[in-house]
Amino acid sequence: MERYYQPEIETASREQIKQWQDERLVQQVRHVWENVPYYRKKMEEKGLTPDDIKSTEDLHKLPFLSKADLREAYPYGLMGAPLKECVRIQSTSGTTGKRVVAFYTQADIDLWEDCCARAIVAAGGSDEDVCQVSYGYGLFTGGPGLNGGSHKVGCLTIPTSSGNTERQIMFIRDLNATILCCTPSYAAYLGESMKEMGLTPDQIPLKAGIFGAEAWSEEMRQSIQDTLGIKAYDIYGLTELSGPGVAFECSAQAGMHINEDHFIAEVIDPDTGEVLPDGQQGELVFTAITKRAFPLLRYRTRDICVLSHEKCSCGRTHVKMSKPRGRTDDMLIIRGVNVFPSQIETVLLNLGYPANYQIIVDRVRSTDTLDVQVEMTPEMFTDNMGEIAQRQKQLVDGLRAMLGLTAKVTLVAPKSIVRSEGKAVRVIDKRKI
Amino acid sequence: MSVKQISIFMENKPGALLAMTTVLAENRIDMRAFTLAETSDFGIARIIVDDVYKTCTVLKDMGFVYSISSVLGVVIPDVPGGLNQVLQILNEENVNVEYMYAFQGGKNVNGAYMIFKVADEAKAASVLTGRGIRLVEQEALEAL
Repeated sequence: MERYYQPEIETASREQIKQWQDERLVQQVRHVWENVPYYRKKMEEKGLTPDDIKSTEDLHKLPFLSKADLREAYPYGLMGAPLKECVRIQSTSGTTGKRVVAFYTQADIDLWEDCCARAIVAAGGSDEDVCQVSYGYGLFTGGPGLNGGSHKVGCLTIPTSSGNTERQIMFIRDLNATILCCTPSYAAYLGESMKEMGLTPDQIPLKAGIFGAEAWSEEMRQSIQDTLGIKAYDIYGLTELSGPGVAFECSAQAGMHINEDHFIAEVIDPDTGEVLPDGQQGELVFTAITKRAFPLLRYRTRDICVLSHEKCSCGRTHVKMSKPRGRTDDMLIIRGVNVFPSQIETVLLNLGYPANYQIIVDRVRSTDTLDVQVEMTPEMFTDNMGEIAQRQKQLVDGLRAMLGLTAKVTLVAPKSIVRSEGKAVRVIDKRKI
Repeated sequence: MSVKQISIFMENKPGALLAMTTVLAENRIDMRAFTLAETSDFGIARIIVDDVYKTCTVLKDMGFVYSISSVLGVVIPDVPGGLNQVLQILNEENVNVEYMYAFQGGKNVNGAYMIFKVADEAKAASVLTGRGIRLVEQEALEAL
């Protein structure tokens, strides 16, 4: 029997959802017009006033916001509520440039935590559960978001934050944690560590995991589920839009329901900006219709995915997004070919390799080189040199079939690729262009 | 009749070999024989040691990937044509040698030791001993 955190919202009729979105959008556009001069100027440049936006049908008229806008408006330029109403900031890691700082009123935090609570209940969580939050706490949204959601559901919350793997495992075992929240790469690492300690899945009390903040493949899901003996659910979000919980997976484990009472999703052609119909792959764009302190309209996420309004077996009516195939800014262009790290991961996991890999891109004599470094495992190692070379070739062939270009595969010593306790560093691009 | 060889995965980069020998030295493991097979990016170190169990335990603890395989230890008569004679026997019996390497026997050994990795170990052992070639046992190697 499927359970919901807010059944009246999560299973509302499409007409009801449309009505909420229409009303809230109109209100939000007015709120932004009155409080965010940066965006008002953008609207004025297009000759728009709030009166031009009467329903979601008019959404496409509004200008986009991009990460570049966020940088330009840093730090206070996009704040939508007076400082005295704002109670917190969260921030991105800033690995791809300047940090993004997002603001929250107490009501913004509340709705964000509601979204996370929906994700936890969708993963089977209830007030009977012990939920270990191993996402980083602090500026990163992962820890605070799931922590708040876990409180709302009534789980006993273990705020371990990230890192200190031994202590993570100790708490999971001693307190019988049933739900684990962290990045998928850290979940894989925890699984690997517990396996090394000789723990079998039935000796691990966990039953579900909520993993997000980085792209992961279906194959990686399978492998995490097998080592930990759990169901692994994806969760999606961005600091710019609040944090994790913008969308989450249900029991169907096939796509993530977007919380449409708070966010309107569109998929656009990243080159032309044109809105694409359901089922077509493109860049995901979000409009936050309830947040007050950081009210982004038509924010381009750079995540590539597909939307689907097909009926879901879980009973939820909110639109589903596919796992992002990668971010437009994760995408590597190697010898003119578009390559997503997730494609490489799929090949590795399909051939029985662990999800610990690193992709090194370089340019040698004006030709791009792609080196995929994979850790040797006891299962793969043999005294026979020819057999190892054969496996290496199998990988090269698999990558060529998937990517359409020839990669070098380097087998490296076990544990030589640095394990991440937060987001994994998958790509090292040494090209100087 | 066979000897246990430990094969260890190594990256072909500075310091990789040293990392392994350091582990062995710190645990006072005595190597009887050692050889290295390599490609441009990785290699396999093959060793015969005085204590297989202990070696495997410390390697595993230090995160090395290794495997144990069975090889033949052959006493090669220390005269011109000694190895030739051994290879001739294997050739006549159609036993393929995958790889082999030599190492110093003890002072009391009349001959040199060689490790043979062959396709059919039982057959190789029986044809060699049948023609008067001595094989060396695991215990004898450990005691060297």
